Amino acid sequence: MEKVVTHTGIGVPLRQSNIDTDQIIPAVYLKRITRTGFEDALFAGWRRDENFILNTEPYNKGSVLVAGPDFGTGSSREHAVWALKDYGFKAVISARFADIFRGNSGKQGLVAAEVAQSDIELIWKELENNPGTEVTVNLDARTVQCGSIVAPFQIDDYTRWRLMEGLDDIGLTLKQEADITSFEATRPAFKPQTLPARTAD
Amino acid sequence: MSTMQSPQTLAEKVWNAHVVRHGEGEGEARQPDLIYIDLHLLHEVTSPQAFEGLRLAGRKLRRPDLTIATEDHNTPTLDIDKPIADLTSRTQIFTLRDNCKEFGVRLHSLGDKEQGIVHVVGPQLGLTQPGMTVVCGDSHTSTHGAFGALAFGIGTSEVEHVMATQSLSLKPFKTMSINVEGTLKSGVTAKDIILAVIAKIGTGGGQGYVLEYRGSAIRALSMDARMTICNMSIEAGARAGMIAPDETTFEYVKGRPHAPEGDDWDAAVDYWKTLQSDEGARFDNEVFLNADELEPFVTWGTNPGQGVSLSSNVPVPEDFEDENDRKACERALTYMGLTGGTPMKEIRVDTVFLGSCTNSRMEDLRAAAEIVKGREKDPQIRMIVVPGSARVRLEAEAEGLDRIFKDFGAEWRFAGCSMCLGMNPDQLAEGERCASTSNRNFEGRQGKGGRTHLVSPLVAAATAIRGTLASPSDIANTPVSA
Repeated sequence: MEKVVTHTGIGVPLRQSNIDTDQIIPAVYLKRITRTGFEDALFAGWRRDENFILNTEPYNKGSVLVAGPDFGTGSSREHAVWALKDYGFKAVISARFADIFRGNSGKQGLVAAEVAQSDIELIWKELENNPGTEVTVNLDARTVQCGSIVAPFQIDDYTRWRLMEGLDDIGLTLKQEADITSFEATRPAFKPQTLPARTAD
Repeated sequence: MSTMQSPQTLAEKVWNAHVVRHGEGEGEARQPDLIYIDLHLLHEVTSPQAFEGLRLAGRKLRRPDLTIATEDHNTPTLDIDKPIADLTSRTQIFTLRDNCKEFGVRLHSLGDKEQGIVHVVGPQLGLTQPGMTVVCGDSHTSTHGAFGALAFGIGTSEVEHVMATQSLSLKPFKTMSINVEGTLKSGVTAKDIILAVIAKIGTGGGQGYVLEYRGSAIRALSMDARMTICNMSIEAGARAGMIAPDETTFEYVKGRPHAPEGDDWDAAVDYWKTLQSDEGARFDNEVFLNADELEPFVTWGTNPGQGVSLSSNVPVPEDFEDENDRKACERALTYMGLTGGTPMKEIRVDTVFLGSCTNSRMEDLRAAAEIVKGREKDPQIRMIVVPGSARVRLEAEAEGLDRIFKDFGAEWRFAGCSMCLGMNPDQLAEGERCASTSNRNFEGRQGKGGRTHLVSPLVAAATAIRGTLASPSDIANTPVSA
């Protein structure tokens, strides 16, 4: 994973709450077996509307999405994060994120910055009044800046550290393999195993 | 020693029994715990990139014997003996087959008697048991919490992590108790309970929490009904939902293919009986619901929190104090093609979908069949019945339920996720309105431009008879042939 410490890019105000992962990427795009190439799938339903914000200049060049509360609800599809990243987004700002989406973002180097809704309202106004205004997301300082607005954001310490160091989770866990093996030795005998396969017939 | 321990919730007990290594630090700075995973369920959609990741890194699948795969999201529900027509769907399914072969994973493919929706298959095989940790690259993994397991959906990066390490790095979840006391009225079901819970706490209300459903109304539910409730915990934003195991649970698990046997069974039950929230255990949040007052509940909008009692009206934007909620209401009404103030029971639907990991088990099919039996379907309505698994389909056929549905004029299909998310050919057309027993009414979820009302199997059946959203009591006087 690439390290992220700060990112600055055009902010895209998306004034809508409860943006679920079916909107971020409709299910029909989940049939692919690759991890990249999802840029066309991002908000595919909404992008058919020529007035949708990502179809307008200069927001189409945006890399910081500023959305309403409860962003990324619904399905666990990590494709939602891949689609945002493939399109060019480096950070999403919202007052509340769905847990699985937030977790997936952290694994993929997309910053999910939790900002108070009152600050988001100010940022929305700034981005709408001055299209093309850049937003800086600073993980080190845990702040987002947009014009004269500087707002703090929440992100858990562990995710922040992993993002800033660009660390791969699996590599970290495999260092604890001896602990996993000892734990396995203590598991009760009655816990089920899928193999050998048993069926009702 | 146990007397010294402070009281624990069910979720904490299961968590603590799976800690491989405690995270260092305190409070906010505390690092995640490493949690052992007892069962990893796979399906074709969220696994290919994880298998590819393993391959690229030269890593092994650590525990094929704790892993099982099924084909469900993409599979057709008609002509399953013919090649899958959609080439990208076919490729994804063939990729799963190749991967399972390469990594030694047990797979139940289309046509196999154990194939079906992953969350129906696990419990049915007896692989889901109390006190386990269960994960799957699918948000509705919360279903398995009905057994007192800690079960939750994960993204593909975490799927790869579990494949490689059989564990996950996680921060402890908060706990919320959802107390449902009282007795459900006739015609009111588990689906109505969970829709009412979501409407009450909102789609973000459960964020960061494991919900524990408790109280007399929950204890009275069958396992199928408990699975319906836990299944939709994610729709309230929760990480997981749980119900403490009891005799109903043990009875369900006993004798299933992978249930413990002999001395193992006794040891398992002894342990399972300890899996309840202790007297005095502290929850981070509590919610109360009176089962006596519940009515059939349906959604009017485009998220599962936008629901009302079936006997009330479509809301108007002015009903909402919060500006974001008002805007969300306006937008939802436009998308759904509804006018605020319209009685819910006057909404005419085109399609009825009975299926999905929420409501496709035997009890769901029986309940709907009992209502439609001998009655006439509204001629304008298309009704699709999709059993949750091939096994459920066989069982239903053995009871003659297929005959009842077919005589009624419904289509009797093969098992899979089907119209819940329209990854296979079962989709709504633009503007088509559906009463659906599934779990999500998001824009376009069941097909581009499709309009979804989430309902219970009973409401689905009654709606297919009347043509407009209806409860069983609304069709009580319609003629029944012998």
